[in-house]
Amino acid sequence: MTPQSSFMVAAPIDPRRDADLRRLLASMNHSPGRVDVNNALIPFREFDALHFARVFVIDDTTQDDIRAHGLPPRNHPSYLAFLGDVDGDGDDFLREVAARAPAGLRELFSCCAGFDPDADLVPWMKRHSTPPAANYVNWRGRTVRRVREDAALYDALERYIDDNASALADLPPREVHARAKAFVAAERSAGRLTLTPEPPTPPGRSFANLLHLLGIPLLLLVASPALIVVGAIVLLRVRSLEKRDPELCQRVDQAHSDALALIEDRDVTNQFSALGAVKPGLARLWTLSFVLLVIDYMARHVYVRGRLARVRTIHFARWVWLDNRRRVIFLSNYDASLEGYMDDFINKAGFGLNIAFSNGIGYPRTNWLALDGCRDERKFKEYLRRHQLPTQVWYKAYPGLTAVDLERNALIRKGVDAASLDESEARTWMSLL
Amino acid sequence: MNARRVDYDDTQGLVRFGYGGLTEACYVLARVRNAAAARAWLRAAPVTNAVALDQAPPTALQIAFTAPGLEALGVPRAVIDAFSHEFVSGMTEPSRSRRLGDIGVDAPSRWIWGAPAGTPHLVAMFFARPGQLDGFMKRLMAAGWYDAFEKEQRLPTGDLDQREPFGFADGISQPEIDWDQTRDPVAARIEYGNVVALGEFLLGYRNEYGKYTDRPLLDAGEASAGLPAAEDAPDKRDVGRNGTYVVMRQLRQDVRGFWDFLLAQVQGDLAKAETLAAAMVGRMRNGDPLVPTRARRVEGSERKAEAVGRNEFDFDDDPSGVRCPIGAHIRRANPRNADFVGRPTGLARLIAMLGFGQRGFRDDLTSSVRFHRILRRGREYGEQFSPADALKPAPPDDRERGLHFICLNANISRQFEFLQNAWTMNAKFATLSGENDPLVGNREAVAAGAVDGRFTIPRDGRVRESVSGLPQFVTTRGGAYFFLPGLRALRYFAADGRR
Repeated sequence: MTPQSSFMVAAPIDPRRDADLRRLLASMNHSPGRVDVNNALIPFREFDALHFARVFVIDDTTQDDIRAHGLPPRNHPSYLAFLGDVDGDGDDFLREVAARAPAGLRELFSCCAGFDPDADLVPWMKRHSTPPAANYVNWRGRTVRRVREDAALYDALERYIDDNASALADLPPREVHARAKAFVAAERSAGRLTLTPEPPTPPGRSFANLLHLLGIPLLLLVASPALIVVGAIVLLRVRSLEKRDPELCQRVDQAHSDALALIEDRDVTNQFSALGAVKPGLARLWTLSFVLLVIDYMARHVYVRGRLARVRTIHFARWVWLDNRRRVIFLSNYDASLEGYMDDFINKAGFGLNIAFSNGIGYPRTNWLALDGCRDERKFKEYLRRHQLPTQVWYKAYPGLTAVDLERNALIRKGVDAASLDESEARTWMSLL
Repeated sequence: MNARRVDYDDTQGLVRFGYGGLTEACYVLARVRNAAAARAWLRAAPVTNAVALDQAPPTALQIAFTAPGLEALGVPRAVIDAFSHEFVSGMTEPSRSRRLGDIGVDAPSRWIWGAPAGTPHLVAMFFARPGQLDGFMKRLMAAGWYDAFEKEQRLPTGDLDQREPFGFADGISQPEIDWDQTRDPVAARIEYGNVVALGEFLLGYRNEYGKYTDRPLLDAGEASAGLPAAEDAPDKRDVGRNGTYVVMRQLRQDVRGFWDFLLAQVQGDLAKAETLAAAMVGRMRNGDPLVPTRARRVEGSERKAEAVGRNEFDFDDDPSGVRCPIGAHIRRANPRNADFVGRPTGLARLIAMLGFGQRGFRDDLTSSVRFHRILRRGREYGEQFSPADALKPAPPDDRERGLHFICLNANISRQFEFLQNAWTMNAKFATLSGENDPLVGNREAVAAGAVDGRFTIPRDGRVRESVSGLPQFVTTRGGAYFFLPGLRALRYFAADGRR
């Protein structure tokens, strides 16, 4: 099993170079929202381990919202962010991209404040790396290679069934399965299909995972006497705050919304980047820190097979702290259109959404942290859209495939890998085609 | 619930009635020529309200406006901008066209009405008993219509006796509006039901989230006098109350092409062609669904006796689509599901909420339908056509057939657009891949999800069948988003000298 990891380099932009940077970013696309996978700066297609990537400007248009809490705006800088989700180790990927696209990276990073053109790229990128506070991977262990092989297998089997429809029409499921296996074997020996066996898990990885699986609950248990007391105080504090925290859910500016819409719905999957400031005060900061810790734990050990709670449309998602935990950026890659994504969230994962996002300034009013909030659909949708940032450059390694496609293809592959299936397994397997 | 009764006398009748008895109808699109004259005509127009009468009226008139139309009448920009984003930016906004599938041959640039350059300002819908339409229209238009409006386009309709042009019984499944607001919409729904919150179809009332949809609320004052008070902000006047959005699209149906294609698939066997057509639609031509009815109660479907037998069903007992294909038109347009899979209650629901409920590959993929219902009020145009006609050569004057698709909803993006984008046009609906609605889908790749004109027919215990090379049978010829105001809001729009 090859684990997935994430990387994110974020560095403040030199304001004098902002326009140059935006020109460079535009040069990486065919047209807005459609990346050139072989672009001269970072030729994404060459990186076999890369699932998703984005290069964009983190530019806070809601900085003034904090005035609603009686505080002056903090004037955070704008950042250039380069991030992605990869098979294997994130640092290994940074070394690979630095080796293969040094000129492009230098050109991009030269727009950042204090970038030394002679600096070593890898240490510079590592210095500007920000780890996720919580990271979700749709299917732990599924590599780009596996996704592509499974998709080719599915396409080949669909064609096989189309071409042999009358011969297969009256066969029982186990016979269909056996013939499909024979077809796949022939395709493999002819070199038209490749099915690589599952690679071994890197040494130490299982142990580290086990340590994390047990360690976090153990730590929480040890700290529980203090946690319960502090938790109760924080919860009561948040309860009193949530009744009067300002809601900032005004209608989104049409130009902002249009700029976002321009780059959306170019693939069956969309990107989402949203930035917000954490509400002032330690109670909110601690609540959010704890919530993100729990989400990260659940995503690492529980929600590892295609579902984040009930939501099945997210490929990768993460929450990242910025500016000394004053701001949080949420980044995801989801299937279908934004409207459906937001509805899914409200109706299927509203409680999770509320406990995390309600610690952000302006979120629709919650009730005991988990209730209400996003159920005020209109306010929530305006809130989310208002905090969304245009993702200027966005790459996906398998266009046209949804997370559900990947799951189906993996199930088909599993059936092909199996020596034989019993009657009911074969029936289920056949119904996937 | 602090709900007050609906003012039927302030609501246009189309929300409550389809005017089925008024078999003649014409939709007149127009642009404002002279704002003052237009306002005067509108003030005098006998718009029909939703009060139930012992006998249906002999004629009915309904009026709805686009955003440019309200502007042309002189409604302040700030008022218009407080309507929903979709209404303000219109059906032909480019990113919207991508989501709706209005690309390729369906692109707005090819439309015969509604293209961005010539968006109509209003639609006047005239309905009448047989033989009375012409006189009704002439009488109303004699009263200054031609001074007020220009660039008129008339969309005639035909009476195909409850059949849509492909030959299928139509309009069977409609949501039942909870007029008296007796259902608590906020409670989770674990059974598919047909009763939908009033606020899903009328602005100014609570919707399925128990909330109010976007609409302009004005300060009390001279300009807003006469408008109803807002239920959620009693010191404000509600321009939206008792009004709703109308989605109108002219859909050309290639009826001959449809039956030609089906007959070619089955070597000209008419009975087999009908079976295949039924699989694509999900119902027989007479309206009977392909899954057994009355397996369980469907709340609200009993209210119309004639529809019970055709509406009391869901797809829970047919998860893999061996009875009704997953991609069938009626299954895409209304997946008939609930908030949760498998009717969990108590602890089981909590477990399901956390994502540990039913976890089969096909489970829990489709959004709960109660948030995505539309009220259909469309009418057909063109002459009747029976499948057997396809066996004969086309007459030289074979005219266009189709549907003036009209639906009402309070939230265009969550209702009509979602249904169109996530369900009918979606190449990735439920667990499918590479096919969209066999009947109404375009055959364009939407958002890089390739559509190859395929339709999959699952079979029980045997490998699936599939039809490939489906041509496009339905083409969009025009369309726009309108606001169908309450009658007091209509008088506000039509008032002189208040701005």
